[in-house]
Amino acid sequence: MRFLLDTEQRAFTESLDALLRAADTPSVVRDWGRGEHAAGRALWSRIARAGVFALAVPEAYEGVGPLPVELAAAFVELGRHAVPGPLAETVAAAVLLAGLDDPGPAKRLLPALVSGEAMATLAGPGSYALDGDAATTLLSYDGGELRLAPGHGPIRPSLDPARRLTPLAAGGERLATDPPLATALTWARLAVAAQALGVGLALLDRTVAYVKQRTQFGVPVGSFQAVKHRLADAKVALEFARPLVLGAALTLAPADVAAAKVTACEAAYGTARTALQLHGAIGYTAEYDLSLWLTKARALRTAWGSPGECRAEVVSGGPRRR
Amino acid sequence: MDLTHSPADEAFRAEARDWLRTHVPPEPLPSLETEEGFAAHRAWEAELSADRWSVVNWPEEYGGRDAGLLRWLLFEEEYYAAGAPGRVGQNGVSLLAPTLFDHGTREQRARVLPPMARGEVIWAQAWSEPEAGSDLAALRSGAVRTDGGWLLSGQKTWSSRAAFADRAFGLFRSEPNAPRPHQGLTYVMFDLRAPGVTVRPIGRLDGKPAFAELFLDEVFVPDEDVIGEPGQGWRIAMSTAGNERGLMLRSPGRFLASADRLLGLWEARGGPVSERDRVADALMGARAYQLFTYAAASRFLEGSSVGPESSLNKVFWSEYDIALHETALDLLGEEGESTDTAWAEGYVFALAGPIYAGTNEIQRDIIAERLLGLPKGRR
Ligand SMILES: Cc1cc2nc3c(=O)[nH]c(=O)nc-3n(C[C@H](O)[C@H](O)[C@H](O)COP(=O)(O)OP(=O)(O)OC[C@H]3O[C@@H](n4cnc5c(N)ncnc54)[C@H](O)[C@@H]3O)c2cc1C
Repeated sequence: MRFLLDTEQRAFTESLDALLRAADTPSVVRDWGRGEHAAGRALWSRIARAGVFALAVPEAYEGVGPLPVELAAAFVELGRHAVPGPLAETVAAAVLLAGLDDPGPAKRLLPALVSGEAMATLAGPGSYALDGDAATTLLSYDGGELRLAPGHGPIRPSLDPARRLTPLAAGGERLATDPPLATALTWARLAVAAQALGVGLALLDRTVAYVKQRTQFGVPVGSFQAVKHRLADAKVALEFARPLVLGAALTLAPADVAAAKVTACEAAYGTARTALQLHGAIGYTAEYDLSLWLTKARALRTAWGSPGECRAEVVSGGPRRR
Repeated sequence: MDLTHSPADEAFRAEARDWLRTHVPPEPLPSLETEEGFAAHRAWEAELSADRWSVVNWPEEYGGRDAGLLRWLLFEEEYYAAGAPGRVGQNGVSLLAPTLFDHGTREQRARVLPPMARGEVIWAQAWSEPEAGSDLAALRSGAVRTDGGWLLSGQKTWSSRAAFADRAFGLFRSEPNAPRPHQGLTYVMFDLRAPGVTVRPIGRLDGKPAFAELFLDEVFVPDEDVIGEPGQGWRIAMSTAGNERGLMLRSPGRFLASADRLLGLWEARGGPVSERDRVADALMGARAYQLFTYAAASRFLEGSSVGPESSLNKVFWSEYDIALHETALDLLGEEGESTDTAWAEGYVFALAGPIYAGTNEIQRDIIAERLLGLPKGRR
């Protein structure tokens, strides 16, 4: 038992962090939200070159995976830097394609996902695919059939301006029957959990920095106990979500992943509420970068499983610990 | 990064499980906050100790198994899963013993630890005073030099289990004119039945005498019962206070077992949807605490020391414990009101969690200032 990231894993996340820090993600996010994808695509290929999408893809299809722990650690960084795009969806699509009985579609589609040339999104009947306008591989599933959708419908705005919701067009090439949707859902939830944890950590960092320099009544507002205690509670929630995310990556048990998803998303959302409150009015503006994380925390909370659905999975799906 | 235990660790776990299966009393013992229950729990400590299960992580020479942190965690998981009794020697084992390992003399360890391991001497913590709660350094009880030792006078309060315990350890002001309140304090061990000691039990919420006030009138303490240097008591006491908040006081095993029982209770009540989310929260919280502790243990085994993160722990488990028990009482409905259930006893016990071992407000200050780096404000 050694429940800690090893040196190599830490070095990987640190290099990803450095890459994203240098990328000016806030301006990338704002472009993305306006439907201008060039900067986002460029960032996406750098993330792919760092090896992130390869982590979800087996070697047979030019990946290095499946490496769920590394993937989770990487997604924490993507969340910390508010990277836009169908990130969890691309992971879920990769897992779905790699799990098909017929290796044909995987051979054809996965190498481009690994290299970052393509990004994928997916949706079932009546639900939205994230960023169908930007994604190049659109997967739709319905009644046990998986298809390559021919296009997407009108774009609906999300509470998170960087998330663009798109229904997928019906029809298209049939890739498989009985695709392993449950496995893909597990990976999507794991990715979202890690991303949400990163969003929460960023919100906490930014708020701590803000309350140290914002003064009122002649002192930094961060010296007031009411302010400190809200931030301390956010820290507790995030630090106890982190081991659930990494533990879920190790076991990949659906109940563990659901627990990680709901705990990380609740912690991030709670931190978002605290962050907004402690920034005062400036936090309530779209211009100020904090908004990029605030709105994402809300959106991720229900993406790929609401808190209630995840909790139901925890009580029913989970074998007893002992 | 992995969560699997080595075959040797699993063998240790299996040995503990086997022993517990044949030894855990079939019926729960009476509450350890009563005289009768206290005696029964003392006997249980002796039984544990006879096969060296009472303090598994201590060195063998003091009655332990030198088992290390990880095996201690596994032991605790087995212990609570087996439904074994609460530990009456907790204060001594989790607070005084680590202090003696770090700051005591060889002679003190040899004299104090083995009877502690056997439950023969149960220790009470005499830190708080009527005017010194969160602001512990405001304590006024004094220690005055005398031939071969010290004379203690003053009043201590909220001393857990002191109503039935044998000895106590605590801080006393030995240099009344020291420039700062944290200076000139001396850490001593004393006998609760020594001449000059009056113990007045205090009933907690449900009336059980779970703690006591101590009135001290020139109580003699020999020099060999001073821990560390006289005057250095604050530093010595604080160096091990992390143990109280951290994992040694509340191991995850206890919460894993409780959450599992809560799930069982929920299922037995027909799995009402209204309580489903809270049951899920209990399961997730126990797992989160277990994994958080495994991460902390991994860091600890690689040489880092327990720091202010123990405040994260304390806030988490104390709030968690209350939520878990509230859920159980709600599931029990009317039955939950009756105080003779284990859930009701656990609930009353849990309610104190955010108050003792440093209130949660104080812990949040520590988190904010030492972990988040926020400026110190007025205390
Ligand atoms: C069940 C139980 C067992 C105990 N066992 C022991 C024992 O064995 N030995 C022992 O020595 N003591 C024991 N205690 C005492 C415990 O350590 C104290 O209760 C604790 O330190 C708080 O002190 P107080 O009760 O005087 O509260 P106070 O310090 O008076 O605090 C009252 C309230 O004010 C808040 N407050 C105080 N200062 C601040 C501040 N700076 N910022 C924000 N809020 C503040 C507190 O958080 C609390 O909510 C026990 C207590 C309980 C409930």
